[in-house]
Amino acid sequence: MSSKKMCSVCKEKPATVFLTNISADEKAQKLDLCDDCAKAKGLDSNLAMFPFADTMLGLGASNEIESAGGGVEIRCPKCGFTQADFKKSGRLGCSECYTTFAEGLGGLLKTMHKGTRHVGKAPEALRESRDTAERIKALQKKLAKAIDDENFEQAAELRDEINRLTPRRTAKSA
Amino acid sequence: MQIHTFLSPPAETARRHGPNDRIVMSSRVRLARNVRDYAFPGWAKKPERVKVLELIRPAVESLPEMSGAFSEAMDNLTALDKQILVERHLISREHAAKTAGSGLVLNREETFCVMINEEDHLRMQALRPGLQLRQAWNAIDQLDTALEKKLDYAFSNELGYLTACPTNLGTGIRVSAMLHLPGLVLAEHINPIIQSVNKLGLAVRGLYGEGTEALGNVFQVSNQMTLGENETTIVERLEKVLSQIIEHEENARQTLMEQKPKVVYNHIGRAYGTLANAHSITSKETMNFLSLLRLGVDMEVFPGTERSLVDELFLTTQPAHLQRKLSDKLSAEERDILRADMLRECLKNVGRPLVKKIEPRGLDKPKES
Repeated sequence: MSSKKMCSVCKEKPATVFLTNISADEKAQKLDLCDDCAKAKGLDSNLAMFPFADTMLGLGASNEIESAGGGVEIRCPKCGFTQADFKKSGRLGCSECYTTFAEGLGGLLKTMHKGTRHVGKAPEALRESRDTAERIKALQKKLAKAIDDENFEQAAELRDEINRLTPRRTAKSA
Repeated sequence: MQIHTFLSPPAETARRHGPNDRIVMSSRVRLARNVRDYAFPGWAKKPERVKVLELIRPAVESLPEMSGAFSEAMDNLTALDKQILVERHLISREHAAKTAGSGLVLNREETFCVMINEEDHLRMQALRPGLQLRQAWNAIDQLDTALEKKLDYAFSNELGYLTACPTNLGTGIRVSAMLHLPGLVLAEHINPIIQSVNKLGLAVRGLYGEGTEALGNVFQVSNQMTLGENETTIVERLEKVLSQIIEHEENARQTLMEQKPKVVYNHIGRAYGTLANAHSITSKETMNFLSLLRLGVDMEVFPGTERSLVDELFLTTQPAHLQRKLSDKLSAEERDILRADMLRECLKNVGRPLVKKIEPRGLDKPKES
């Protein structure tokens, strides 16, 4: 038998959200919920999993950036910004810095945000290229599968479609 | 044009109404954007910042929403002008500290305010009275879409809109509302509320944003995370949390009146007494007492007095607004005297608070079906 806490509402599924509600008279009320019951109550389990969201740019963050270069100072080729500058200000020098310091930023973004990949609005001009890039990715997956299945007729069709889409990509995706 | 002739009079601003404005004083959505190929303002040297300002300012001015706007370089504004803009919540304190190479474009209705070369090249905000986050988001989304046709934004498919600080990366959005929560403060429920709001990944700040005190029981609630979820999700979450805070505040007021009416009347009565009779009063003291006066108006203990009178005083008693009335530079002590004179004058027609017989049902909580 598993030692997992079960949801205190449906008593069927394992609890993933552990809620402690401290009321006016300082009494703590505990509630363990499974994903579904939590959602039904308007609680997103993903949110509850990020209790340290307000951890802003701490010292640990800048250290991470610093160690990313393996002790060698990285300097942004575009604007001359260095890790030491980041440590001082917590800000980057230019948009190119995100590429320059990508390695050190990855972990930082993970602790700071909900995800590490942008979802949401994009400039219209780039939206098209983003959509195309995503379609090509999907087609390439299909193509690999078609080849695996030795379905060469479909593979040829997919290859043609990928070729047709590819030259249209003008903006280089970062 | 001078900024003080452009801005609407405080009496007028105080009369802007919106949904739930009994508790939600205003809503705001701001987007952070940068243009490609230029260093961020904090790293760029002055000539580059000036160049960026010259690039962005005409683009913003040319938007239809900005016809008749106030547009100015920050170095052409006096310290007093800037402070007035901060007190109106139109620009950040950080932006007020900027000089050459930074600018401001504010539309006629004061519903859009664009800061150029603040921490990012562009910080554009839509402002609405009361609880109107969705409307503010739609408005700023439109403005941004129009502007992206004129400017080449720094954007990556992976990371979204690229910002000077990684905390704004992705959507570059900050959705926030300014809340008046005297009930929760008096009932001492505010700290658990702040903690649970923090746990949802939202920030609670004071009256003037980051690192400021919650003067006058006014709190700003906003999102922290900008990467990995889209704008609508963020707006909807804020809406959900705010409606819960509103409910908690209403409940706190009702419970206080049921359980500790004397405490509430004592606070309101003393606030009224001081504001209406003091001969010297600091701005901090004024804000905290005005908050209680506002609570009293909400509770209808000042019949005939409108909330807008209190909201107007919230603005006119602040240092820069007070200073503007006079040509001579005032010392803090002189301001305290002047502030008290103004308060006595403005409150002379407001009668002493009525002590209502406490009904079992308590306060005028809006009935919802």
